[in-house]
Amino acid sequence: MTTTVTEIKHTPTLVLLVCCEYLAIFKKTVAMHEVFLCRVAAHPILRKDLNFHVFLEYNQDLSVRGKNKKEKLEDFFKNMVKSADGVIVSGVKDVDDFFEHERTFLVEYHNRVKDASAKSDKMTRSHKNVADDYNRIGSSLYTLGTQDSTDICKFFLKVSELFDKTRKIEARVSADEDLKLSDLLKYYLRESQAAKDLLYRRSRSLVDYENANKALDKARAKNKDVLQAETTQQLCCQKFEKISESAKQELIDFKTRRVAAFRKNLVELAELELKHAKGNLQLLQSCLAVLNGDT
Amino acid sequence: MESKSIAAPVIFDRSREEIEEEANGDVFDIEINVSDPEKVGDGMNAYMAYRVTTKTALPMFNKNEFSVKRRFSDFLGLHSKLATKYMHVGYIVPPAPEKSIVGMTKVKVGKEDSSSTEFVEKRRAALERYLQRTVKHPTLLQDPDLRQFLESSELPRAVNTQALSGAGILRMVNKAADAVNKMTIKMNESDAWFEEKQQQFENLDQQLRKLHASVEALVCHRKELSANTAAFAKSAAMLGNSEDHTALSRALSQLAEVEEKIDQLHQEQAFADFYMFSELLGDYIRLIAAVKGVFDHRMKCWQKWQDAQVTLQKKREAEAKLQLANKPDKLQQAKDEIKEWETKVQQGERDFEQISRTIRKEVGRFERERVRDFKTVIVKYLESLVQTQQQLIKYWEAFLPEAKAIA
Repeated sequence: MTTTVTEIKHTPTLVLLVCCEYLAIFKKTVAMHEVFLCRVAAHPILRKDLNFHVFLEYNQDLSVRGKNKKEKLEDFFKNMVKSADGVIVSGVKDVDDFFEHERTFLVEYHNRVKDASAKSDKMTRSHKNVADDYNRIGSSLYTLGTQDSTDICKFFLKVSELFDKTRKIEARVSADEDLKLSDLLKYYLRESQAAKDLLYRRSRSLVDYENANKALDKARAKNKDVLQAETTQQLCCQKFEKISESAKQELIDFKTRRVAAFRKNLVELAELELKHAKGNLQLLQSCLAVLNGDT
Repeated sequence: MESKSIAAPVIFDRSREEIEEEANGDVFDIEINVSDPEKVGDGMNAYMAYRVTTKTALPMFNKNEFSVKRRFSDFLGLHSKLATKYMHVGYIVPPAPEKSIVGMTKVKVGKEDSSSTEFVEKRRAALERYLQRTVKHPTLLQDPDLRQFLESSELPRAVNTQALSGAGILRMVNKAADAVNKMTIKMNESDAWFEEKQQQFENLDQQLRKLHASVEALVCHRKELSANTAAFAKSAAMLGNSEDHTALSRALSQLAEVEEKIDQLHQEQAFADFYMFSELLGDYIRLIAAVKGVFDHRMKCWQKWQDAQVTLQKKREAEAKLQLANKPDKLQQAKDEIKEWETKVQQGERDFEQISRTIRKEVGRFERERVRDFKTVIVKYLESLVQTQQQLIKYWEAFLPEAKAIA
C-alpha cells in the first residue's frame, strides 16, 4: 500500500513574502506527514490498526482529543522512571551479539545525529541571514539608484535588481537545506531515540526473565509455589523471546529505511543545490553582461 | 593692484591650471603599492612599517621605480600637510585611514592572532587606496610634500599627528569650534548650484551609510555561515564514522568534505564582501565628509568677505565723522585704513569666486571618479560572486554521483 499526500497550490494573489514563508513551512509539514503515514502503512502490525484505516478512509472530519492534564503527567513520570531504569538496565551485557552491537551502535549514532542536527540548523539559519542581508542591500541600492544625479543611477538600479533576484534564490537554498538536511537529521534523531527505547524495553523484559528464573530456583529449593513460579517464568520467557524477535526485525528495518531516506534526501539536496547555484550563476552573468555592455 | 594670496603656496599660476584641464578624465601614469608590513621595535613603542613602492613614467620623478619605508603616522602627517594647504581653497583632499588605538595596541603588545593580522591587512589596503586616490588628483600630484613622501628615504617624524599630543588636542578643539561656527553662518546663497549639490551630498551620505551598515552585516553573517558550515562538516564526518552501512558512511564522509570546501568558499567570499564592497563604501563616506568640509570652507570664505565689507563700511563712517570733526592727521590714517579694507574686500570677493570655481571643478572631478570607482569595484565584486557559484557547481556536481551510489 502506498500513500501520497499532494500539495495544495496557492494562488498568486497572496502577499509574496508571507506566502513564501508559509509555503516553506507547509512543504516541511507535508513531507513529514507523508513519511509518517508511509511508515505506518509499511509496518506489518500497525498497518492493520483500525485507527489507521479510519484516518485514511473516513471522508468527514475526525474528532481528535488531545491529552488531558492527567495523561500528560503520566507521560512525564513514565519518562522519568524510564531514564532512571535505563541507567541500571543498560549496564547488563547482552549475550546476543546482534543486540550488543546494536546497543553500542545506537548510543553513539544517536549522539552524533543529535550534534549533526543542531549544527545543520545553525548552518541553514546563517544562510537565511545572508539572504535577508541581500534583501536590505537590494533596497538600499534601489534608493541610491533613484536619487543619484549622475549616470550611475542606471547601474545601481540594475545591481539592485540583481540582489533582489539572488536573494530569492539564497532564501530557497536555505529552505531546501532545511527540508532535505536539517529535517532528515531531526527525524533520525527521533528514530534513533525510538530504537534506543525499544532496546531498553527488551532489556527490561530480559531482567524480568532473569528475575523469574531466580525466583523459580528459589521456589524449587524451598519446594514452595513451584507451579506458580514455573508459570511466571514461562510467561517471562515467552515475552522476552517475542520482543527480541520483533525488535530484531524493527532494527533491521530501521537500517534499511535510514539508508533509503538518506540516499533520497542527499541526492535531492545535491540536485537542488546544483539547480540554485546554476540559477544564481546565470543571473550574475547576465547582469554583468548588461553592466559591461553599458559602459 | 597687487593680489595678496592667503597662505597657500604657488598653486594658482597658469601652467598648473593647464595641467588640470588636460587631466580631466586622463589616467596618470603612476602606480602606488603598499606592502610588506613589518613590525619595528618592541612593546608600546613598537610600530608597523609599510613599504611604499611607486612605479611611474612621469618626468617629475627622478626614477621610474622606487620604494621607501613609511609608518602610519607618516601617512597622517602627509594628509595633514595637504589638507592644510589645499582644503581651504576648495580642493577635495582624500582623507587618510582612521586611527585605531585598540587595533594598534594589539599589534604592539605582540598578539600574533588572526585578528591582528586582519587588522594590519585592513590597514595596509586602506593606506594603498589612500595614496592611489591622492596621486590621482592632478593638483596634489604636483605637491612637493607628496613627492618627498614617495621618494625620500628619510622623513622627519610627524609627531603632531598623535591623538593625545598638544597638536592633537588643538585639532579637536578647532573641530568643535568649526562645528559651532557652521551653525551660526547664515549664507545668502546666490548660486543655486551649491545649494543643490550640498543637498545631494547630504542624501548620498545618508544612503551610503545605510548601505554600508547592511554590507557590514553581510560580512558578519557570511563569516558566521562559514564557521557554522565548518562545524557541520566536522559533525557530518563524525556521523559518517559511526554509520555502520558502508556506502552511506562513505557518502556522509564525502558530504563532510564538500561542506569543508564550501566553508573555504564562504570565507573567501566574506573577504571579497569586505575588501571590495564594504571598504569602498567606508572610503566614500569619509570622502564625502571631506567634500562637505570644502563646502564649509567656502562658507567661511564668504563670511570673511562679508566681515571685510562690514569693517570697510565702519571705516568709511568713521572717516566721514572725522571729516566733520576736522582732525587732519587722524583723517589721513582713516583714509589709509579705508584703502586697506577696500583691498581686503576685493581680495575677499576674488577668494570667494576662486574657491567657488575650484569647488565646481573639484566636484565635477569627484563625481566622475566616484562613478568610475563604483562601477569598477562593484563589477569586480560581482565577478567574485560568479566565481563562488562556479565553484559551488563543481563541488555539488562531484558529490551527486556519490550520493546516488548509496545502495
